[in-house]
Amino acid sequence: MTLMLESTTSGPRPAAPVATKLIDHFERGLDAPICLTWELTYACNLSCVHCLSSSGRRDPRELTTDECKAVIDELERMQVFYVNIGGGEPTVRSDFWELLDYATTHHVGVKFSTNGVKITPEKAALLAANDYVDVQISLDGATAEVNDDIRGPRSYETAMTAMRNLRDAGMKNFKLSVVCTRTNIPQLDEFKAIADEFGAQLRLTRLRPSGRGADVWDELHPTREQQRELYDWLLGHADEVLTGDSFFHLSAYGESLPGLNLCGAGRVVCLIDPIGDVYACPFAIHDDFLAGNVRMPGGFATVWRESELFLQLREPQTGGACSSCAFFDTCKGGCMAAKFFTGLPLDGPDPECVQGYGEELLAARNDPGSAPRPSGDHSHRTSPPRPRTSAPVPIVLRRRDDIEAAPVSACAASPLAGFTPPAA
Amino acid sequence: MIDPDTGWRLSPRVSVRPERFGALLYHFGTRQLSFLKDRTLLDLVTALADAPNAVAACDAVGIPDTDRARYLRALETLAASRMIEERAA
Repeated sequence: MTLMLESTTSGPRPAAPVATKLIDHFERGLDAPICLTWELTYACNLSCVHCLSSSGRRDPRELTTDECKAVIDELERMQVFYVNIGGGEPTVRSDFWELLDYATTHHVGVKFSTNGVKITPEKAALLAANDYVDVQISLDGATAEVNDDIRGPRSYETAMTAMRNLRDAGMKNFKLSVVCTRTNIPQLDEFKAIADEFGAQLRLTRLRPSGRGADVWDELHPTREQQRELYDWLLGHADEVLTGDSFFHLSAYGESLPGLNLCGAGRVVCLIDPIGDVYACPFAIHDDFLAGNVRMPGGFATVWRESELFLQLREPQTGGACSSCAFFDTCKGGCMAAKFFTGLPLDGPDPECVQGYGEELLAARNDPGSAPRPSGDHSHRTSPPRPRTSAPVPIVLRRRDDIEAAPVSACAASPLAGFTPPAA
Repeated sequence: MIDPDTGWRLSPRVSVRPERFGALLYHFGTRQLSFLKDRTLLDLVTALADAPNAVAACDAVGIPDTDRARYLRALETLAASRMIEERAA
């Protein structure tokens, strides 16, 4: 994954008399993450088609309130600066506000992502009053039409109401978070206008083929032309727009985008999922990237410091097929999760490699359907299920062969229906 | 250039985490990360609050005169990103 540090112009600024590269320390991993993503629940009121964690239903093994507080205590001891709380929809946990309060009073900053469903004027006031909380409202279309197609009916309205409540409560500089897709790249200026209207900061991130995103990635990921458009737009708005460093693969166009341009998975960031599983990154919920569980003896700190997977990720990585490319130093081969879930080798190009090497590999795959599937699916099973594709579904209407007549209610039927008196 | 004759302190909204290479700083207001590349600089930043001015803080942590200029420049960078701030007189 990318380093989920928000940076606009230049990322971390060195205040240093001696010239050493900080990025080298980051590549070898730190004793504690700088920040981490914590999905509090898989439960969600929405069923976004691209949900990176395949959320919908709560997992009965979810961490309890006390277990969550124990994790926060541990993060405080490790001096993790802040957690990015997500889900699912984290605010549907009844103890969400209690945990938020617990974290910030224990010196762990909180930034949480929400679709806005619980951001009432009262909650907005509470958030505005807490200096250690930042809010990210998710919106994937600058119009209801584009947004609701991805995030579900009326989700646009919900997000707009939440942003209005935050603004009216005096919350400054909260984030409007957009996953860039084929349908919303033409709306970048409109997103910026919405953010400005609410005194929010625009944050653009990359669509990954993770979770349900794997099902829609082919049709929703930006086209090559759109990638260029996005890159130019990001360069033009470098000081105003956050990206969570998620587009470092685009740096191979030439000028590096602001940020660290480094995959921080298992080195400076990671994911804790709702049942306490620790993964290298939020976009890699798969057994191959599972490092351990916070419920294990030694807790999160031991997983972070000693898991075989994380130690391996902190070893120097070879560029593989990419090492001979002139742009390897800027893009570092792109995103591990994007490669993994599209079935590409991890030591080769990103599927969206701007030099086109990824596309060649995608086209050459023998069996695209055999790409690894995300572990676990918490999608809603209730009807009507969200269509996983926007392609038309052919329907044929006809009568069943084994029924001769349409059924009627018991009262309407003759009590002797279907009864044939035995021959006398 | 920061005024070496006024009192400085670490911003109360900054969290400091010592690291093998120095320290990481995180500012909860600007949400910016910064870092100190050696332990002496960390000692200096920590000493600011108790020293009457930046030069006295350099003396307190034993920074030789020959190195003073570059440590003051480092403080300047930190002041520009609001990691350290002038103490009210």
